[in-house]
Amino acid sequence: MSEVKKVATRDSYGNALVELGKEHENLLVLDADLAAATKTGVFKKEFPERHIDCGIAEANMTGIAAGLSTTGFVPFVSTFAMFAAGRSFEQVRNSIGYPHLNVKIGATHAGISVGEDGASHQCNEDIALMRSIPGMVVINPSDDVEAKAAVKAAYEHEGPVYLRFGRLAVPVINDNADYKFEIGKGVELRDGKDCTIIATGLCVCEALEAAEKLAADGIDAQVINIHTIKPLDEELVIAAAKKTGRIFTVEEHSIIGGLGAAVSECLSENCPTKVTRIGMNDVFGESGPAKELLHKYKLDADGIYERIAAEMK
Amino acid sequence: MNKLELQKTAVEVRKGIIEGVHSAKAGHPGGSLSAADIFTYLYFEEMNIDPKNPKSPDRDRFVLSKGHTAPGLYSVLANRGYFPVEDLLTLRHTGSYLQGHPDMKHIPGVDMSSGSLGQGLSAACGMALGAKQAKKDFRVYALCGDGEIQEGQIWEAAMFAGFRKLDNLCVIVDNNNLQIDGPIDEVCSPYPIDKKFEAFNFHVINIDGNDFDQIKAAFDEAKATKGMPTAIIAHTVKGKGVSFMENNVGWHGKAPNDEEFAIAMEDLRKAGEALCQK
Repeated sequence: MSEVKKVATRDSYGNALVELGKEHENLLVLDADLAAATKTGVFKKEFPERHIDCGIAEANMTGIAAGLSTTGFVPFVSTFAMFAAGRSFEQVRNSIGYPHLNVKIGATHAGISVGEDGASHQCNEDIALMRSIPGMVVINPSDDVEAKAAVKAAYEHEGPVYLRFGRLAVPVINDNADYKFEIGKGVELRDGKDCTIIATGLCVCEALEAAEKLAADGIDAQVINIHTIKPLDEELVIAAAKKTGRIFTVEEHSIIGGLGAAVSECLSENCPTKVTRIGMNDVFGESGPAKELLHKYKLDADGIYERIAAEMK
Repeated sequence: MNKLELQKTAVEVRKGIIEGVHSAKAGHPGGSLSAADIFTYLYFEEMNIDPKNPKSPDRDRFVLSKGHTAPGLYSVLANRGYFPVEDLLTLRHTGSYLQGHPDMKHIPGVDMSSGSLGQGLSAACGMALGAKQAKKDFRVYALCGDGEIQEGQIWEAAMFAGFRKLDNLCVIVDNNNLQIDGPIDEVCSPYPIDKKFEAFNFHVINIDGNDFDQIKAAFDEAKATKGMPTAIIAHTVKGKGVSFMENNVGWHGKAPNDEEFAIAMEDLRKAGEALCQK
């Protein structure tokens, strides 16, 4: 896998904004003193008049975006997931969600793969928070191709969208001619009959690798990429449960309220199936290189493989 | 409208507030009444609006950042013709479009949903910035409570507006000096309010916010001010116009019972009558 191209989805975000900005005059980008980190700096370079730095004041930035959207602009609010979904939760809920305004939230540095900055900046709760807001679309793309497609789809979608991006460069896995992104449509990446691994974000690539390891042990795992956590592709999830009868969810997020919860909710009501939630087990992260943390918290291919192999015994 | 007409209209707006809150058996009359003259001036004189075309892209915008005084906003909107005055009696009723706090999705004339204190001013800044970005000349007005400005987000927004020189933005602080737990300078004083906005690069005007001459002068001055936003610190009387509610913190968020309702309406009827004899 050493030759595989790797891109952090935060870079995809910045690059996609530039491309969309060329086509759409009404696209504005807001940032809160993190343009270099969220990668909106590339948009600022191209369109300085359409990049609004709000300073270190995320709550205000969220409200500014709400107001801008009522005047015909499509603002992309950009900051770390911790501040976009965490600090500004109530602003997102009341100023954007309740009036269902056409604001896009580009949240970078999600999950423990933030790395060295540690637990204070590793947001493992954003999916839970954002998906609880009525009308909010929640997207967690798995790689560069998907992240760019998601930004475009978010622009085209009328209403609020939460986009979750990462800091760590991750392998490009969707670079094929057939790739098509549709909000709310999951993608089966590997067929299998013994169990299903439903993953999101950077865990999709790890899940694929884990599935190969499981195959060597004689376990044939189906792998599904759920890039849109809300609205969840219930049809695909239920079909998988019916087909393999055993579900594992994998996400770089708390096991409370995220993908695992969404899948469990769907299946407990529609097709009761055993679901094992692999994610952050109700703990805070810590400082360290991203890869080491993913390994330590068993969210890399090895960790996913070990957990599933043990459960499938 | 001349001053007398504005005064008469304000009495009608106050009646609508009392009727709505009485019918709802809940709501916030005190801060609705203190700001009733400002609501009236904005919607009957100051703002470039058309009740028949409430979504016109070039209209002036109003954000009720102190959203709990929705009865005041709804009453002025109804009296201005955005929806029937009779509908004020459905305020806060199940199924009514007149929600307890402003709801832009369902109420004609409401430019921004609000109610969670501190958030409206940011949205108003976004609208003002939107006008600048689109090179349009509409203006944006935001009404904040004097207790509301204890919220930190207000000052984030003020910093942004001052820094961005949003001279199409006019913030009005309804300085009635009372919040739920008591006088604002006994709870957690935001004074001096004027000096704070000055420090955030606003043009600041202090007025008696229940005096139409001063209200008019202030809005004219705000409109003539270029290169910086304006903050009008409107010194008002909470509960203004209803004898037993004036300067009484108990009427911040309480509905009058039938007996109190009758007294309040009689106060307002007399005030209207007195104006008719002028």
